[in-house]
Amino acid sequence: MELFTSLIKKNLNVIPVYQQIQFANIFYKIKKKIGITRPIPEFIEAPIPDVNDIALEEIDVSNPFLFKQNRWQSYFKRLRDECPVHYQKHSPFGPFWSVTRFEDIMFVDKHHDLFSAEPIISIGPSPEGLEIQTFIAMDPPKHDLTRQAVQGVVAPKNLKEMEALIRIRTQDVLDKLPFDKPFDWVEKVSIELTSRMLATLFDFPYEQRHKLAEWSDIAAASPESTGGANADGDAFTAAAEVAKAFSLLWREKEAKLEAGDEMGFDLISLLLSNENTKDMIDRPMEFIGTLTLLLVGGNDTTRNSMSGGVLALNHFPEEFCKLKDNPSLVPNMVSEIIRWQTPLAYMRRIAKQDVNLNGQMIKKGDKVVMWYVSGNRDERIIEKPDQFKIDRHRARNHLSFGFGVHRCMGNRLAEMQLRILWEELLMRFEDIKVIGEPEHVQSNFVKGYKKMMVQLTKKQPIAEKE
Amino acid sequence: MTLYYILKEFKFTSLVIHMKKDMGKIIFIEQNGAEHPVEIDQGNSLMELALYNAVPGIDADCGGGCACGTCHVIIEDKWFKQSGKILETESQMLDMTPERETTSRLSCQIKVTDAMDGMKVRLPEFQM
Repeated sequence: MELFTSLIKKNLNVIPVYQQIQFANIFYKIKKKIGITRPIPEFIEAPIPDVNDIALEEIDVSNPFLFKQNRWQSYFKRLRDECPVHYQKHSPFGPFWSVTRFEDIMFVDKHHDLFSAEPIISIGPSPEGLEIQTFIAMDPPKHDLTRQAVQGVVAPKNLKEMEALIRIRTQDVLDKLPFDKPFDWVEKVSIELTSRMLATLFDFPYEQRHKLAEWSDIAAASPESTGGANADGDAFTAAAEVAKAFSLLWREKEAKLEAGDEMGFDLISLLLSNENTKDMIDRPMEFIGTLTLLLVGGNDTTRNSMSGGVLALNHFPEEFCKLKDNPSLVPNMVSEIIRWQTPLAYMRRIAKQDVNLNGQMIKKGDKVVMWYVSGNRDERIIEKPDQFKIDRHRARNHLSFGFGVHRCMGNRLAEMQLRILWEELLMRFEDIKVIGEPEHVQSNFVKGYKKMMVQLTKKQPIAEKE
Repeated sequence: MTLYYILKEFKFTSLVIHMKKDMGKIIFIEQNGAEHPVEIDQGNSLMELALYNAVPGIDADCGGGCACGTCHVIIEDKWFKQSGKILETESQMLDMTPERETTSRLSCQIKVTDAMDGMKVRLPEFQM
């Protein structure tokens, strides 16, 4: 088996990336038939008990139905109050520590010397055979090299260039929405706008942009990683499609660059122009990993903030009045939406050495989960944290983008998309009413919406003055 | 400094005004050239100085913990050495902005002193 694996590895850079994925899939299926694969946990939804009815050590916030069943606020509050650094011995993902207070989370996030982001940042592992390498799950110095190669895609020059295009596309989507009849906001607005954005970022064929959202959703939804709802084989299929599509795109742009064409500011062009990453296609796991990261990073996070903002304003209608009276509050509101929604609930680390955190001894090798969703509701740092307050002071001081060297690279782009969305919404609609309860995503990682029915009321033009 | 407070106590206003004038200024300059002279308040960080004086262009998302890079400033060349030593964490965070220049600093890591009177500090077009 060892000889076989090493022979494969030697020949890796000769075989196209997507064929390698397919091969990895076959390899996995063979291992499964022999019975030597890692068991995949099964998640069947059951009612989650009231947090006060169970013992502290039984609290397991890795449950992928916690958000769906609206139990998360009370569960995290109890942890913050009674056991801010909490060890769960027996989760479906193995043992892990939960860090739930703002300041402790900040400590872990900043100290990449004590807490490693490798090999992956979900509570559970990557799907077997698909151990992609992505810089969100790398430590310095390798992390810094890869990140620096791609950070140009969200550089000021780029953001400025993108603003006009984002606005035109936003206007186009909003102008096609129906008035006075229910429709799914998630499908018609959040997914549509973020897919268009992703297609631009990657310079991906515009008419196939829906595939980007689909692949990205699958990437974050493996049951063994996040308790998600992927069926067996979904991840491999998506990975193979991603590999094929992006390899083709890579080769196309490589040819263009060699022919002397001007370099675009899309992601693949940037990777091709950087010394450290121009041959990334020869490192398939890193290739898929980097592209998947930027895909996922720009996908359901922005999407769920677009939906979350609408929901928040429905739960707090007085804030909607405030907003309409004072549209200059949009930028501040954007930060508050991102805090309130916290589209990615956590990031996971592994302790590189024994660390004493808030009185608990975390051992070297232990999994440590930074629950951003909890820190963002920590009353010790944020006043009335469950309130959605669009004029909140210091609204930018939230954990949703993380802190330290891994802080979200796309944060300004996300904020810009949300700002433009709300500027255009306020011009067109008097009311955006949520109808019924939205459907939540099954995941311990993605805090988001699968479906949200809304009804729009057109804004009446102000009577012209004589 | 003590003389200043004594004079304030005994309401020697004109002398106090004269001393205040001598307290020195740091000048923040926006991308568009707009200047914001700010009185030095020794002991604060350069970031705090900017925030307390409503200088636009500094976000300070992490509140001064060298963890977000959004208090990025560019120190005038001749003042760079005096701004203090850059530790590794600060340098790592600065590396993450495509706008890093040779005299870039995170203003939360610079302790303001009276000796910085006249220092010019540029604000980048965008924060990270």
